[in-house]
Amino acid sequence: MEALLSLFVKSIFIENLALSFFLGMCTFLAVSKNIGTAMGLGTAVIFVQAITVPANNLLYQYLLSDGALAWMGMPDVDLSFLGLICYIGVIAALVQILEMLLDKYFPALYNALGVFLPLITVNCAILGGSLFMVERDYGFSESVVYGVGSGAGWALAITALAGIREKLKYSDVPAGLQGLGITFITAGLMSLGFMAFSGIQL
Amino acid sequence: MDADTKKVVFDPLVDNNPITLQILGICSALAVTTTLAASLLMAVALTTVVACSNASISLIRNHVPSSIRIIVQMTIIASLVIVVDQLLKAFAYDVAKSLSVFVGLIITNCIVLGRAEAFAMKNPPMISMLDGLGNGLGYSLVLIIVGTVRELFGSGTLLGYTILPSVNDGGWYYTNGMMLLPPSAFFIIGLMIWAIRSWKTAQVEKAEFRISDAHSSEVL
Repeated sequence: MEALLSLFVKSIFIENLALSFFLGMCTFLAVSKNIGTAMGLGTAVIFVQAITVPANNLLYQYLLSDGALAWMGMPDVDLSFLGLICYIGVIAALVQILEMLLDKYFPALYNALGVFLPLITVNCAILGGSLFMVERDYGFSESVVYGVGSGAGWALAITALAGIREKLKYSDVPAGLQGLGITFITAGLMSLGFMAFSGIQL
Repeated sequence: MDADTKKVVFDPLVDNNPITLQILGICSALAVTTTLAASLLMAVALTTVVACSNASISLIRNHVPSSIRIIVQMTIIASLVIVVDQLLKAFAYDVAKSLSVFVGLIITNCIVLGRAEAFAMKNPPMISMLDGLGNGLGYSLVLIIVGTVRELFGSGTLLGYTILPSVNDGGWYYTNGMMLLPPSAFFIIGLMIWAIRSWKTAQVEKAEFRISDAHSSEVL
């Protein structure tokens, strides 16, 4: 239990997907103009991440990893090279299903997430989460915790950046840095701030 | 090469650079650039994938129903990336290991899908491939510059050869450890954007609010 808790904290702060691994940067920089949208996107990412990482974990454990097909009587088969295409397929399919389910049963949430849900298929934070899960050999319970934690970390980062950018609108930025340039530098400073967590041992 | 082709290949280098103007494919540009070797490998891998994916997607563009086009594009891109990933693991294992998950993440690199959607779906194969090549080169240019700066100032070497002998090895250069840390990549690209936009002023974004000149002169 304690190990899971520390994994949770670690995945939010110390190994923040956006600020220390630069995942999901394109959306992170492009969709952070106001806090409302940023929070909507953040929620969607937590949601999708919490479902896809465990789903891909099951897929990896029982179908793809070396010797995983032993239960079918084929212990020598190693399908791990098919990993990438399977994970992205799972993500695309789950996002599609999630979209339909939300539309039917939770229209309010569906409207709030709006266009962001389909966009999430191509967000590298989602695929990155699954790939890190495989690389670090997480078990099922760990991958549930990691999914929620890393999603929450990403949501926290984009909301914080949106807050800063809303204030930044009123500052006198040099012409060449206006917009994208100053956003990069802000994100750099935030990333520097998050590095303060890196010494923490859990 | 006629003028149009030239424009398609060379426009993305500075005038319409995928990273500094289109905000595409930033993740890997930031993450893999701690050494020049890794940046070069990543640049080659991405350029190959985007050129091939643009060509093959453009070949089948008239046969794909638009409702399932994204998933078709994803499948093509993912297959190409698997090929590249396996090749790297076979021939450049050490560097491939240092790229960690980022080779796999080429699938979700927005440059690849963005160019497929914006260009390859509307144009014939040959020109689409050149467009992919151009955008790959634009991406490579940024990666190589960032990789050079970070490796040179971060550890005083280039491609593993010592350029600035560091104090630890008895030289004079105090290595800048910050360059090896994640945040420096943000600063370098931010400053690059500033430099490019001071040169090509057409790219400057309009400010949402402008402190009026009359107001500041009143204060004076």
